[in-house]
Amino acid sequence: MRIPVFIILLLIICLPICAKNIHVGAKYSHQKIKKALSEAHDEDTIVIHEGTYKEGNIIIQKKITLLGINKPVLDGQNKYEILSIKSSGVIVQGLIIQNSGFSTLDDPGAIKIYNCDNVIIKNNELRDNFFGIYLQQANHCKIEHNRIHAKGVEEQQIGNGIHCWKSDSIIIVGNKINGHRDGIYFEFVTNSVIWRNISFANIRYGLHFMFSNDDAYISNVFKNNGAGVSVMFTHRVKMFNNYFLNNWGDAAYGLLLKEISDSYILHNRFNNNTSGIYMEGTNRILVEHNTLKENGWGMKIQASCMDNIIRENNFLGNTFDIGTNGTLVLNTFNENYWDKYEGYDLDKDKFGDVPYRPLSLFSVMVESNSSLMLLFRSFMVSLLDKSEKIIPSLTPENFIDNKPRMHSVVI
Amino acid sequence: MIELIELRKKYNKLAVLKGISTKFNQSECIALIGPNSCGKTTLIKSILGMVLPDSGEITFNNKSIFNETDYRNYIGYMPQIGKYPENMSIGQIVEMMKELRGGHLSFDEDLYKAYKLDQILNKRMRTLSGGTTQKVSAALAFMFNPLVYILDEPTAGLDPISAEILKEKMLLEKSKGKLILITSHLLSDLEELVSEIVFMQDGELLIHQTVEELKNKTGEEKLSKAISTILKAQLI
Amino acid sequence: MNRIIKFVMLDILRNKIILFYTLLLAIMSFSMFSLEDNEAKGLLSLLNLILLNVPLVAIIFSTIYIYNSSEFIELLISQPIKRNKIWISLYLGLNTSLIISFIIGAGIPILLYSPNLIGIILIVMGCIISVIFTSLAFLCSIIARDKAKGIGMSILIWLFFSLLFDGLIMFLLFQLADYPMENWIAIIAALNPIDLSRIVILLQLDLSAMLGFTGAVFKQTFGTGWGIFFSSSLLFLWMIIPFMISLRKFNKKDH
Repeated sequence: MRIPVFIILLLIICLPICAKNIHVGAKYSHQKIKKALSEAHDEDTIVIHEGTYKEGNIIIQKKITLLGINKPVLDGQNKYEILSIKSSGVIVQGLIIQNSGFSTLDDPGAIKIYNCDNVIIKNNELRDNFFGIYLQQANHCKIEHNRIHAKGVEEQQIGNGIHCWKSDSIIIVGNKINGHRDGIYFEFVTNSVIWRNISFANIRYGLHFMFSNDDAYISNVFKNNGAGVSVMFTHRVKMFNNYFLNNWGDAAYGLLLKEISDSYILHNRFNNNTSGIYMEGTNRILVEHNTLKENGWGMKIQASCMDNIIRENNFLGNTFDIGTNGTLVLNTFNENYWDKYEGYDLDKDKFGDVPYRPLSLFSVMVESNSSLMLLFRSFMVSLLDKSEKIIPSLTPENFIDNKPRMHSVVI
Repeated sequence: MIELIELRKKYNKLAVLKGISTKFNQSECIALIGPNSCGKTTLIKSILGMVLPDSGEITFNNKSIFNETDYRNYIGYMPQIGKYPENMSIGQIVEMMKELRGGHLSFDEDLYKAYKLDQILNKRMRTLSGGTTQKVSAALAFMFNPLVYILDEPTAGLDPISAEILKEKMLLEKSKGKLILITSHLLSDLEELVSEIVFMQDGELLIHQTVEELKNKTGEEKLSKAISTILKAQLI
Repeated sequence: MNRIIKFVMLDILRNKIILFYTLLLAIMSFSMFSLEDNEAKGLLSLLNLILLNVPLVAIIFSTIYIYNSSEFIELLISQPIKRNKIWISLYLGLNTSLIISFIIGAGIPILLYSPNLIGIILIVMGCIISVIFTSLAFLCSIIARDKAKGIGMSILIWLFFSLLFDGLIMFLLFQLADYPMENWIAIIAALNPIDLSRIVILLQLDLSAMLGFTGAVFKQTFGTGWGIFFSSSLLFLWMIIPFMISLRKFNKKDH
């Protein structure tokens, strides 16, 4: 028994010694990264020192670490994909990678990971690339604390900040992304976490999610994106503690849900969006403890949604709390706080004694004829809404919160 | 001093003035008489610019009065029924008129004092009787030393004593060479005052003669009788 | 002219109704701001009340006041004062008094609770609406010789602009829903000064919802430089034209 333990210990001590550092830089043995790479072995670290490296496409096929010291710059001269990672266990850290090629044919990225696992991309700055970080059939990778920014103007002429396709168990933490097409893009990605990222001022979505089951995104900030955040064709997503802010404009949403089921939307904040949450074909979703504040529509729930539970949320200062396009209501509202509620609480149980109808007649009418917004807040519309509140006739009968709160939920 | 040329006025289709031409001179006291709704008041208001005639010309000191306002500085007007802002007191009205007429250093306050208006300065206009309102009107008409007085039924609402005071004031002003234009039904009141008679009927000016002429023509001593005689003659 | 304005204003500011109006505005504003949780909501509720009450008070008070001043006007007309001067002084006096009481009653609370661009726009719009409806009141009172008729007419005008007009717009929107007529209907809506001021404020307040669908229309029609020029000149015309017509009529009126 003693001998194998000793051998294992020896190996553990030995390994770091075996792995060597290769220095690249003007004053060092190697001036080119590619040269260093060709001489490196698995487990080696290539230390890249200050300077600008224009070496075209660098392909990494060994399990090495690329470590930047004093922010060396890798420039793709708007022609090449810069780093192509084709080996598992690669670590890329502390680099500035800029000006990748632009091509919609092969989607070049600043860093592209091809069919390998356990890659870590950490503390890099990615400037003006077509795609930022591109994961393709990569598992157990970690994308951490990168600053990714571009100056995208048109949707077709720029790629995504972090693009993941057919991957599993990805962790994306603490990145800051702006100016790309989508900040973070997920397609067929499972069991992954998106945590504490800031995605802002991207041309299309802050986060774009498709066919990606069993993921969670937690404590991210999505703001000022062209169309907000879109989560589509996905099951079992958890969305906790995110901020969805200032997504203005035609067809802009704080959070767009399309064909989603069995998911959780908890403790998020939706402020100043055209629609806070827009739901289409969503089933069995729990929307709880969110604050929807000063949106055009707090929530838009299309008639194709069913069995969703919306409870204990705060609806504050929205132009319309709820909008819908149908008359069928298969969702439950309960114990929300609606600041437009005008009821009373005689039995002092902190819940209003009369139910609240969050759907105003005018919002129903606007749904069928959008130009009616012209009359918003006119005396006539207030009269219509008031009379509808007293004798409901046009708004769906069971669109109702039977237990509206008198005071906002403390979240 | 004031000349009317072919003055015409219609209210809707009712012709009130049917081409009136005449002349009023300085130092005269002219009585404008005639039955009700003969156009007396309309004539006066035309001179004052309150009613705008359809055609014709009015001159004041040989200057057309249309689109003019300055000539009204030389006119003191006492309306038939004085209408004043109800919430103002006599004092405020007097103050306001003094301000509006501006440029006067001295005011003729004879009537104002004679009627003891200075003792009821704080009374609001709506609390005043018709007679008192007339006194205010009279006092205001005489306050600004005008050249012409236009008085619409001046003695109608006044008690005899007040009427007497007013008449004396008129005599005084006439003696200063001013033109006084009076409309009245009660000629007997004005016998000693009036120097010329203008008689109107149905918007037409039937007579404009001096009192002397009239009396000589009819041989009547009394003015009222002279007029009725002449009217009868015309009707026949 | 200043002297007549002074008399008119002194008279109005002593008027109990105008004091009551100021007080009402103040109570409304303070209670709106203290009842609602945030000042933006208070501002919105206040917007509704202002757009409803200010034109009503402005047009009816002014109409009644002009009729009640007929003696005063008559007194002035026989004096050496130009008719233009009398009528314009009355207009300026009425407007100044209404604006003063609006600024005291609503402006001060708005500036206290919501001292921002929207608050200032709301105050400016309140003043403009007061002037426009005073201007319409002058038209009413010169057209109808009879006081009851004139007041009836001014109530009708108010009802038309605050309620019937919007009904008409709604009717048009539904009837023409299948045609691309939004731009034209937006321009028609702008012909109503109440709607126009409401839309101008909404463009500041409820931008998020507006941009959703018809945003483009609104922005094109009212938001661009041309739109702002268009809407402010419309408001200006509303302030001036009814009054100018009444002034022409007044100059030809017999007393």
